[in-house]
Amino acid sequence: MAKTKSDAEESVRIPPMQRLLDNHFLLLFLGVAVPTVLYTLWGVMELSQIPIAE
Amino acid sequence: MSVTAETGIIGGIAAKFRTCPATGLKVDLAAERLIKANAVAAIVFLAIGGVFGLLVALTRWQAVHLLPSDLFYLVLTAHGLDVLLVWIIFFEIAVLYFASAILLNCRLATPRIAWVAFGLMMVGALLANITVLQGEASVMFTSYVPLKAPPNFYLGIILFAVGALLGCFIFLGTLVIAKEEKTYEGSIPLVTFGALTACIIAVFTIASGAIILIPTWLWSLGYISHIDTVMYKLVWWAMGHSSQQINMAAQVAIWYAIPAILLGAKPLSEKVSRSAFLMYILFLQLASAHHMLVEPGISSEWKVFNTSYAIYLAVLGSMIHGMSIPGAIEAAQRGNGFTNGVFEWLRRAPWNNPAFAGMFLSLVLFGFLGGISGVVLGTEQINIMLHNTLYVPGHFHATVVAGTTLAFMAITYLLVPLIFQREIIWPKLAKWQPYLFGLGAAGISLFMMGAGTLGVSRRHWDITFSDATLSFDYPPAAFLMLGLNGMSAILAAIGGGLFVVIIVASVLFGKKVDASNIVAALGPTPQKQMSDAVKSYGNAGTFHLPGTYILVAIFFTAFVLYYFVNWKYLSELWQLG
Ligand code: HEM
Repeated sequence: MAKTKSDAEESVRIPPMQRLLDNHFLLLFLGVAVPTVLYTLWGVMELSQIPIAE
Repeated sequence: MSVTAETGIIGGIAAKFRTCPATGLKVDLAAERLIKANAVAAIVFLAIGGVFGLLVALTRWQAVHLLPSDLFYLVLTAHGLDVLLVWIIFFEIAVLYFASAILLNCRLATPRIAWVAFGLMMVGALLANITVLQGEASVMFTSYVPLKAPPNFYLGIILFAVGALLGCFIFLGTLVIAKEEKTYEGSIPLVTFGALTACIIAVFTIASGAIILIPTWLWSLGYISHIDTVMYKLVWWAMGHSSQQINMAAQVAIWYAIPAILLGAKPLSEKVSRSAFLMYILFLQLASAHHMLVEPGISSEWKVFNTSYAIYLAVLGSMIHGMSIPGAIEAAQRGNGFTNGVFEWLRRAPWNNPAFAGMFLSLVLFGFLGGISGVVLGTEQINIMLHNTLYVPGHFHATVVAGTTLAFMAITYLLVPLIFQREIIWPKLAKWQPYLFGLGAAGISLFMMGAGTLGVSRRHWDITFSDATLSFDYPPAAFLMLGLNGMSAILAAIGGGLFVVIIVASVLFGKKVDASNIVAALGPTPQKQMSDAVKSYGNAGTFHLPGTYILVAIFFTAFVLYYFVNWKYLSELWQLG
């Protein structure tokens, strides 16, 4: 028979958004990764494609 | 003062605590000493950098034109370095230690390393300052290549940044200890979450700084032959502008903390406020891109995505805080019995408490002057009218001076009784200080923006072009703006000087604070006892906030009008047909 969760267990289930906000190191990862990709890497890729003047 | 020693679960490390008579929080004595050291260092550099700022403003006031050109650029470099970097970051480290060890009721991670971090920051700040004052490093704090400063200028900033990075890791380590040792329940308090946001942005900022400044240092030493100017600018601003976003997050945390301590204010919705901080974590740092808006070689997609689409999500975060904080104050004040009419809660707020007055002025000035002008500057099309004009320093004096600096001053009025355990000396004078400084800071922001709108360049020693081959006449109103800017600078310098004198005198000679006078030492409050809202999780529980809705409507009206006025200016720049 499939296990059913007890009421107590059900009531302490933490919503996913709160789990994200309570996961400080995941936030640290996101806060570094997002600007690194969108600003720095994308920007560096564009600049490195500029042809060098002869 | 009774001191207890406790041994922690992690590593069995012992720490000594006292109990705060106001909050009942355990105060780690090692954290307390570090907060004091970082805050004092910050204030010393604010004093030095502020004097430099006054000298710069008096030079740009054409009728006074105080400094010769070489000294002007030297002093301008030192001003940017000392206030933007040294004052702000030393203070932010104090805020990080306060928001972690103190608010989480916990010992600070690795206090010895925290002292090493402090030492590195101090040595770095002194080295960079000495190098600038020797006169060979007048490259502005941005040090755009190919301008080359002596190696010690870059080394100083690198050492300072390494120290600050260690401070960030100590903050994160303290969060881990607090969780393991279960010194709090559930989620960390909102103020600590704001500090976490600041810390995360700081890690990105400092990493970007290392990526660009270490090669630049090697270039200055002669080990690297060439650094691409645009590449430098791109990566440098990942540090330069993101560091402003550390300020943003730290100052918002303080905006929540002060009404929580003084009025018992709780956020309207913890969830919404935390989500707004999440927007900062994800998107705020992209604002760096507006420094690249006129750079050739980068696509419009990159520019518009980073400065518009994504950054507006961060702006949304600020708007949420901008409504949530006055809303929290209104809810608390209504709870405190000020329920008459729409604005009794605001009229009867503790305006004679410098912590509250400074905090509220900082919020209003930041939002109206700094926030709106920031969105204008961040819009690719209208940026072109204002790029590199005095409008830019006008904008960021509204954000970092009227906003961040005033907020940091405001919380200091609470740190002195709570952490230094001293009463504020000369409370009557202290009552006026935020108004003087706020007025001066608003003046320098507005008048620099005014001059910039008339086309006056930033970082320009002589707008009369007295010895130039090709001359140019600015309209007389531009000279008027620079004069008014100089007068406001004097006011801001008096307000800033007053702050430094009051705080230093209070720390040295203020009456000792204990359980009998701690609440009085926090200044006038409608609550006659200390609230624990700052250290706990919880919502205000009401949305009956008519006053806040009116304030928000006024803000939006100003925002929309000013934004579109700038598009109108743009349409008049090039007469078609
Ligand atoms: C008494 C207070 C202050 C006065 C009178 C003042 C005045 C000025 C003036 C006139 C400029 C020159 C603008 C130009 O010619 O381009 C300037 C630049 C600047 N100020 Fe301030 N300021 C003050 C405080 C601050 C504070 C507290 C901060 C930071 C938290 C700050 C950050 C800056 C920065 C970053 C620059 C740009 C430097 C550069 O272009 O390299 N200022 N300030």
